[in-house]
Amino acid sequence: MSTVDATTPALELRDLEVAYKVRGRDRPVLRGVSFTVGRGESYGLVGESGCGKSTAALAIVRYLPRNGSIPSGSVTVAGQDALALSGAELREFHARTVSMVYQNPGSALNPSLRIGSQVAEAFTVLGVGKSEAEDRARDALARVQIADPGSVMTRYSHQLSGGMQQRVVIAMALSKDPSLLILDEPTTGLDATVEAEVLDLVAQLQVELNTSVLFISHNLGVISKMCARVGILYAGRLVEEGPVETVLRDPRHPYTVGLLRCVPRGGLRKDHGRLDTIPGFLPSLGADLPGCVFADRCALADDRCQVEEPSLESVGVGHESRCWHHDRAQELPRVEAENVDLPPIDRAAEPLVRIDGLTKVFKQRGHDVNALTEVTAAIWPGETLGLVGESGSGKTTLARTLLGIVAATSGTAALDGRQLPPTYQKRSQEDLRSLQIVFQNPDSALNRRHSVQRILLRTMKKLAGVGGDDARKRVLDLASSVKLTERTLTQKPAQLSGGLKQRVAIARAFAGDPKLVVCDEPTSALDVSVQAAILNLLVELQAEQQVSYLFISHDLGVVRYISDRIAVLYLGRLMELGPADVVFDGPHHPYTEALLSAVPTIDGGGRHRIKLEGDIPSAANPPSGCVFHTRCPRRIGAICDETEPPLVQVEENHLMRCHIPLEELRTMQAAGPPPVSAAPAS
Amino acid sequence: MSSVAAPTARSEARTARRERTRLLLRSPSFIIGAAVILFWVATALLGSRITPYDPVFDQTPDLSQAPSGDHWFGTDRLGRDVFSRVLAGSRDILIVAPLATLLAMIFGTTLGLITGYFRGVADDTISRIIDAVLAIPLIVMAVTVVAALGSRSTWAVTVVIAIVFAPIVARTVRAAVLGEAQLDYVEAARLRGERAPYVMFSEVLPNVMPPILVEATIRLGYAIFAVASLTFIGFGLQPPSADWAVQLTDNYNFMAEQWWTVAFPALAIASLVVALNLVSDSFQQVFER
Repeated sequence: MSTVDATTPALELRDLEVAYKVRGRDRPVLRGVSFTVGRGESYGLVGESGCGKSTAALAIVRYLPRNGSIPSGSVTVAGQDALALSGAELREFHARTVSMVYQNPGSALNPSLRIGSQVAEAFTVLGVGKSEAEDRARDALARVQIADPGSVMTRYSHQLSGGMQQRVVIAMALSKDPSLLILDEPTTGLDATVEAEVLDLVAQLQVELNTSVLFISHNLGVISKMCARVGILYAGRLVEEGPVETVLRDPRHPYTVGLLRCVPRGGLRKDHGRLDTIPGFLPSLGADLPGCVFADRCALADDRCQVEEPSLESVGVGHESRCWHHDRAQELPRVEAENVDLPPIDRAAEPLVRIDGLTKVFKQRGHDVNALTEVTAAIWPGETLGLVGESGSGKTTLARTLLGIVAATSGTAALDGRQLPPTYQKRSQEDLRSLQIVFQNPDSALNRRHSVQRILLRTMKKLAGVGGDDARKRVLDLASSVKLTERTLTQKPAQLSGGLKQRVAIARAFAGDPKLVVCDEPTSALDVSVQAAILNLLVELQAEQQVSYLFISHDLGVVRYISDRIAVLYLGRLMELGPADVVFDGPHHPYTEALLSAVPTIDGGGRHRIKLEGDIPSAANPPSGCVFHTRCPRRIGAICDETEPPLVQVEENHLMRCHIPLEELRTMQAAGPPPVSAAPAS
Repeated sequence: MSSVAAPTARSEARTARRERTRLLLRSPSFIIGAAVILFWVATALLGSRITPYDPVFDQTPDLSQAPSGDHWFGTDRLGRDVFSRVLAGSRDILIVAPLATLLAMIFGTTLGLITGYFRGVADDTISRIIDAVLAIPLIVMAVTVVAALGSRSTWAVTVVIAIVFAPIVARTVRAAVLGEAQLDYVEAARLRGERAPYVMFSEVLPNVMPPILVEATIRLGYAIFAVASLTFIGFGLQPPSADWAVQLTDNYNFMAEQWWTVAFPALAIASLVVALNLVSDSFQQVFER
């Protein structure tokens, strides 16, 4: 559609500066960012939150907030100077040239319009007649692999699953065959299996349509799967750029090196070693940075780094790094916490927590929703039980039932051999003290009107029963054990970074010397470097205090790192339970196999994706027989549809709910992914 | 280290407060509104000490005089100086209206916290009662309460307004509490064994203060109006009080010939109501940023 020839890059940023005006002062957010996305290329932009990734995207599509300005630099999209556009030209630019897909598809779709008319709108804007627009909308939905576009078009967005919503958004974004498609964390809110499907779809469409893509993500695994080239952004500066494999294999900037080391991967476990972290904090918004932007956090930095900014220098074919010491970047000293001794878990002893046949049925508009069905498990002192499964699998319900936030419909939970009352209101202060929780989102978990000190003192008083000077002293001890400074105590949550807030939340859970702490995705709202520090902290506390964790996470690398045993839930049923290595390395349940194959890893390759057909069935109407048979790629026949397999011990400490004998699974899984539903080769 | 660092932390909190104050002081509508309110508060406090004539007893021989150099706002049928009476007339309304608002806020906030926090049966029951009370007009409620109390004193007026306003406040607070009670810190408080009243008042209430403050300023404006209305139809203060609404009652029959006896007290009421609304608008802008 564009009149420029095919060699014009889809996007060219030249020395782009963006500033936000805060309290009357312009604070630079992007500091001279330059990169180019070629025609048909997919370029990844990576960095932690606050580095300016989304600001770059907003500047390109000219959607900066009102206090944002572009003092200098240029943005050229398909040969068109995007910064010079205004009024009708800008509208035309938005309508035809660029498309953007945001993180949350739920809020990107209009809740009061049917999907059909929303997608058709994308065509009528381009001047297509009404009935033709409808036909093209149907085609567009079919193109994003929506099986029944006709029926989807008559629905509203809330009636679609998250993955389906994101497909619709992508269909709309591609409707105009854009010169540039920007994807801003498009799969961050989705389950691993759904994420994998959406990523497959985007990759496939990109090849088919030869779309140029700017892919923004904090997840290096996703970037390595999706992009040919990658740019690493730190404090508004592009610090490294190059082909994805080269950058991930041979990083030449200490920040990239640090980022890669933070991620638990390659089967790393807490008893193998600690995680690396990146010390310090991102410079504050608009800070004055005369030297290298990363100097303050870099162990390689010398005097020159503090005062003189390095330029982006070539370090290989198409590979550039903004570092004085790029040749030594990989020698960056490790910032490991000191090793801790995790005492062995004595499984001959009485378990700390035993849940027996735990079942929870929610009543919803007259229907019974089986959130949890007959879950039986035990957690021993000092042990971490990892809980994995897609959303809707009952992970959170299990945790909430154990804590007594919701009462179980049947079944029991026992602590130290004593049966616990079903709800926390009926539990003793001693029981409350023993079972605590760290929530996913520290913003919501801490009262923003209370100081850290007040939060901890009150918890200390209620759970440990101490007050006055004694409590004050113990709060100081507690704060130092989670590595909070005294200064933090007088602050309110809003003044703390996400990582510090999560430390406060952990301190609160530990105020009464708990026996079991439920960790409900405690690091998923955090950046990877902060995540590593929090995981290290949890492991340290476990080594010191023999506390047990029930650890819920959708990040399988994290779960594997911290867990001793892993429980896999699907539709409220326990599908597999066993030692972490056994569950991960297999032979595993076909569902576990699919979950694991869905995760994009930095190391890339190796595992073939196993596609799961369709969405998770409704818990209000679970499938007959094995609940997984409707999506199981290894279904063996009628027995799966008719008879629910029992959860049986298939080898020592390893339980599984599958009709296929273990040895057969071992042979099958060694032979590779199931043939019928294997992902198309890419 | 804490001795050095702690003040910094506190100063950060102060910065946020100072930022809000700065924004308020920069807003012209806040300045104008606050000035008018302060003016009426000052006249209420000083009363007859600053008025050129005694507002109640000083009856000059000049009856029903139009505004002039001696009597800026003229005189009424009894020869009292309208200017002095307007200056002195803010006292009672500035006691009754804030008191009624305060009662309504306390009562309404408590109801809102209870309904928003417990939800379920408590919410359904109380909310329906609130709906029912909201359906009763001010005047009907006034007659009912006066009959029940057997008095039409300023106390009765205060109680009437508190009863009429509390449900409105309760609704606002309930809406704010509903969102707040979903947050995990509330769950965390329950999981350490806190009782409901503690969670409601110590955990949730501080977080819903901004909408409550805004609601309070809005209610205060309406309360001034309500006090004036009830006084005008004969509740509360009685002649010869210099209260603005009493002046209206006294003189509205003669409005055609002696416009100044009605216009100036009426303008005074209007200025106070408008000023309160200006302030509440500015509050809203600053708190809900």
